[in-house]
Amino acid sequence: MLMNLFAEIDVGKLFGLALRTSIGVQAATFSLAAVGLNLHYGYTGLLNFGVVAFMAAGAYGMAIFFTQGWLGGSILLAIAGGLAFAVIIALSIGLPSLRLRADYLALTTIAIAEVLRISFRSQRLLDITGGPFGLPSIEDRNANVSFADVITVDWNPIGKGNYGAWFLEFDEKTLWVMIIGWSLVSLASLLIWGLMRSPWGRVIKAIREDEDAARALGKNVFSYKLQSLIIGGVIASLAGIVRAFDMGFVETQQFRPQTTFFIWTVLILGGAASIWGPIIGSMTFWFVIIFSEELLRQMVDSGWIPEAILQSNDIASVRMILMGIMLATLMIWRPQGLVGKKEEAQIDVR
Amino acid sequence: MSDNKTSELGNVEPTPGSTKIDPILTIDNVVRSFGGLRAVDIDHLEVQRGIITAFIGPNGAGKTTLFNLITGFDKPDSGKWTFHQLANAKSWTTDLSGLRPHQIANKGMVRTFQLTKSLAKMTVLDNMLLGAAEQKGESLRNALLPSRWRQQENIILGKAEDLLERFKLSHMRDEYAATLSGGQRKLLEMARALMSEPKLILLDEPMAGVNPVLVESLLVHIENLRDEGVSVLFIEHDMDAIMGISDWIVVLAEGQVIAEGTPSDVSKNPAVIDAYLGTAIAEELKDV
Repeated sequence: MLMNLFAEIDVGKLFGLALRTSIGVQAATFSLAAVGLNLHYGYTGLLNFGVVAFMAAGAYGMAIFFTQGWLGGSILLAIAGGLAFAVIIALSIGLPSLRLRADYLALTTIAIAEVLRISFRSQRLLDITGGPFGLPSIEDRNANVSFADVITVDWNPIGKGNYGAWFLEFDEKTLWVMIIGWSLVSLASLLIWGLMRSPWGRVIKAIREDEDAARALGKNVFSYKLQSLIIGGVIASLAGIVRAFDMGFVETQQFRPQTTFFIWTVLILGGAASIWGPIIGSMTFWFVIIFSEELLRQMVDSGWIPEAILQSNDIASVRMILMGIMLATLMIWRPQGLVGKKEEAQIDVR
Repeated sequence: MSDNKTSELGNVEPTPGSTKIDPILTIDNVVRSFGGLRAVDIDHLEVQRGIITAFIGPNGAGKTTLFNLITGFDKPDSGKWTFHQLANAKSWTTDLSGLRPHQIANKGMVRTFQLTKSLAKMTVLDNMLLGAAEQKGESLRNALLPSRWRQQENIILGKAEDLLERFKLSHMRDEYAATLSGGQRKLLEMARALMSEPKLILLDEPMAGVNPVLVESLLVHIENLRDEGVSVLFIEHDMDAIMGISDWIVVLAEGQVIAEGTPSDVSKNPAVIDAYLGTAIAEELKDV
């Protein structure tokens, strides 16, 4: 039976697809969002369960400013508009709730993320956000016109064609967005590294450990928390923008709460409060997801798993169960994540 | 003990709310109620500069609540308190009421906590460095430009190492604060509070849960602080420690100041003996 299985499995495809996704745009955007969340949660101790609100703010902000032509139709200004929108979201979450206990922030962030998603989706805002259809409009999408064109076509320095080999072959658009995505991940990680080795970072970590101790030593805790929320939020909004360039459109489906929890998984998997955590975490997350999905698919297709037990439509759900088991196992044996420091582990279930 | 410092006190009357020669902190009409309970209700209280003042009183007397109020961690229903500063032959008064905790700390009035707040997942040294005031690199504007804060950081580092040496924590310098014993954490918290060179330090039960050997050295540290010119205000239950090092004792009961005076005044005060100490402890005090 086991021999039979190995004969049926295409090992090359299994690793090839998993590897492809773990270095792809999705992995880069999840990594970028996790860098932002890492500043919030890993270093400052802020429970942000609305990461996706920042991603949505960035992506929708950019798309709205560009398609409405409010900023002269310049894509760079539209991106700046998206980032500014993320800052407004950070302020509207932080100003009322950062003075309160940590759990209130958690509630507010979940709420704001849903309020934002449902508002973007509403019929009332159809002319601006495209409602349930998203942006760009259906006509533009049918004509293959997108806000992403300036970045992915006009400004793409890579000539038309396919690059790489085997499963790691990408077209020039994907490759260019991948380069942008991972460059932003590097820059954001570098920024966080620089900040966390400064006295500013020391205060931030002290706030994570004990707010009152920081206050008693003369640190304006509220102001630091707000700064952290804004910086991390802007980084997460960049992730939303990069993803919008990759997809070529924005839709509220992309910003459901589950994305927030995937990004939490990425951060905890890699290791909170470490610079490499979000990067290793995201690559591992996507590798495991795609690997298990492909393995299950091949096992179902070859009849090794009978249809009565699992059908190919259900594979997507089963891989999430596997992911959950993996995360729980990790929490028990390695609560600091793959590359986190044991002494600085935020979660300890023992 | 004979080394109590009473010269600064002159002939201050040992009566509740008495006027001090050179107060560093004045508290007026501070009231804090929890429901129907008046946890703190102080008409007038002055804390003398340059000495060790102890707040004593039974559990629930309002000592910690008063600490929380004057350091901005809790808000009173009414009242005001002022800080009298003295530097370069100039003196000025700051109204502290309504200020937030970090603002009060930055004025030179720093507190510690009854339950120690050592920053567990930071090293002992980082705990110390955090205590420093006015580090330019703590501002986001300068954080990414080490040239703007490196030099200052080195000075702070030197100061932190001196203090760690003094508090016998040097060997733990690079350990995480989580690995310290309870007593060492108390020492660390006190040393950390000193990093900002406070004028007045408020210690909430510095001896609680500390082993007797370490208590001795804590007492010496507190006396040294006073001799270096820092005014000390502390809450404590350990009677031997209080009688040993306090220059002045303020007795609180049910939120009010019922007595103040030197240790010998207080131990003889019938109001204190009746309301707080009880006859058994009064007997014990005769030997002190």
